[in-house]
Amino acid sequence: MPPLLVVNDLHTEFRTGAGLVRAVDGISYTVDPGETVAIVGESGSGKSVSALSVLRLIPDPPGRITQGEIRFAGRDIMQLTDAEMREVRGGDIGMVFQEPMTSLNPVLTIGRQITETLEQHRGMDRAAAHRRAVELLGLVGIADAERRLKQYPHQLSGGMRQRIMIAMAVACDPKLIIADEPTTALDVTIQAQILELMKELTRRLNVALIIITHNLGVVARYANRVNVMYAGRLVESGPAAEVYHNPRHPYTMALLRSVPRLDRPRQERLDPVEGQPPDLTRLDAGCAFRPRCRFAVDVCAMKRPPLEGTGNHLAACFRSHEIEREAGAAA
Amino acid sequence: MSAIGRPLLEVRGLRMHFPITEGLVARKLVGEVKAVDGIDFSVRRGETLGLVGESGCGKTTTGRCILRLERPTGGEILYDGVDIARMERKELLALRRRIQVIFQDPYSSLNPRMKVGDIIAEPIKVHGIEPDAAKRTARVRELLSVCGLSPRFADRYPHEMSGGQRQRVGIARALALNPEFIVCDEAVSALDVSIQAQVVNLLEDLREQFGLTYLFIAHDLSVVRHLCQRVAVMYLGRIVELADGDELFGNPLHPYTQALLAAVPVPDPSVEMHRTFRPVQGEVPSPINPPSGCVFHPRCPIAVEGCRRERPELREARPGHFVACSEVR
Repeated sequence: MPPLLVVNDLHTEFRTGAGLVRAVDGISYTVDPGETVAIVGESGSGKSVSALSVLRLIPDPPGRITQGEIRFAGRDIMQLTDAEMREVRGGDIGMVFQEPMTSLNPVLTIGRQITETLEQHRGMDRAAAHRRAVELLGLVGIADAERRLKQYPHQLSGGMRQRIMIAMAVACDPKLIIADEPTTALDVTIQAQILELMKELTRRLNVALIIITHNLGVVARYANRVNVMYAGRLVESGPAAEVYHNPRHPYTMALLRSVPRLDRPRQERLDPVEGQPPDLTRLDAGCAFRPRCRFAVDVCAMKRPPLEGTGNHLAACFRSHEIEREAGAAA
Repeated sequence: MSAIGRPLLEVRGLRMHFPITEGLVARKLVGEVKAVDGIDFSVRRGETLGLVGESGCGKTTTGRCILRLERPTGGEILYDGVDIARMERKELLALRRRIQVIFQDPYSSLNPRMKVGDIIAEPIKVHGIEPDAAKRTARVRELLSVCGLSPRFADRYPHEMSGGQRQRVGIARALALNPEFIVCDEAVSALDVSIQAQVVNLLEDLREQFGLTYLFIAHDLSVVRHLCQRVAVMYLGRIVELADGDELFGNPLHPYTQALLAAVPVPDPSVEMHRTFRPVQGEVPSPINPPSGCVFHPRCPIAVEGCRRERPELREARPGHFVACSEVR
């Protein structure tokens, strides 16, 4: 089966006061139908921009997709007209954002926001859209749907709003959902409810999911494959279990070691990633992780390592084989 | 120095009820938000007590009462034996040399128009500790290097620094007055994963080096387990469980604590693959109209009829392990 989404050599830039920022600097990845792919990284790594680029939701100015190919279900996203793009967004690609309060319209009822999507994208009449909206609320575990549909976003809790966002995302039977930090603003027990709901729905409806997160636990629990980003580039990519157990990039390895784990005995001391995150306006020709890397050698300063590897586990590091050995020995 | 074994901080029956009013001119009291509703705990000198719970549970309000950024509506806060809940302005000024705070957001808690050096020197000036400008500058440099920053940062503005560096500035400012007790309110929550561990290690080093006592308020359970000797779990304004860290995380007794721990995904796909869990149902009720009896009963998997009526008090179920649940034996 061909991949549902192919992103090839994508470059997205922002012109800022401090200079040109290559927020996404040549990344390539694919998403298969029905699978869950996590994009993990820290603030400024480009994880959100890489996904918003797929939806062509980059504010221009200051941002711009300067290069690259995005193919979704056989169509070239970059060649679509704005009207066609609006069809795709909320239609074949559903979206769930971090802050449901800012992504829902505060002056429209919940019901109107869901039915509008259905009328726009699926050409339903009001009555049919309303019936479908009631059904969707049931699907995302909201009781008393008729009453909820008459309410406004501010009358709902954060967890409830995120359920509404999910209902809207799945409303038009999408093939792909892009969820950008969907549970970061939520409490841990609500986060668990929302993630379980998304997992259940994507499985039941056979929807592919791109989940963007900084939470390594969320990735471990929910993703089939993981893409690790650093300074606008993919530094590692592969099946989640592979990447976690045999990391091939020093950043991935250091990141996994730096988090305290509830399932392991308490450590004397945490093992942090030393140094500071990179300044994206001042990157040089070498590997961006080099200043924080224990494995850095001369060649790392001269050119950027390409993303390569055996099978479907790739890493962008000149010394990835040694790193995998060390990580294996430490585990 | 107080006698060994006597707690540095003792909170007894602390209440913080915020009034809800209606009307612009004639303000009418229409209700209360029971942000903190009668809690007891103590913090021993040199230890770190973790205060965990979800948003709205009252953990931050508790910290603000101890800092006296709020005047509690009930109860006592004994700091070194003296009740600070009723202190007036002048006494508070002296108290603030001993109790300091590190806030969550290193972006909004530093004045963007002040240089880092001035931010750190500010409390030293306010309290009139070092009138000599040159000595103050030297002290600022020392504080910066203690917090792992180059003294060169004194001349920079906060926006020129990363989040982790800014949080180090916030820590340096908290240390400026040589306090003995620091309230860390979500002090590492806003930081990126790779930076979080650096700051956690720094907090541990400082605790050792200066004999500090921390109240560590956080929602990240894995960080709390790493950093705290004892942990109190709050839910809707009350403490539902309090125990030594190892005991609380190894043997949680309260159904809410169990639900919290189960909800945290472990960063290991093979562990997660074999872990089945059902997230606790429902959401946190409003603190304006808390449920009757045990506040957790509407979401509790083991609730019985009596839980609707009777509010369970915190009791010692095992030595040093306190729980507020009638169903726990």
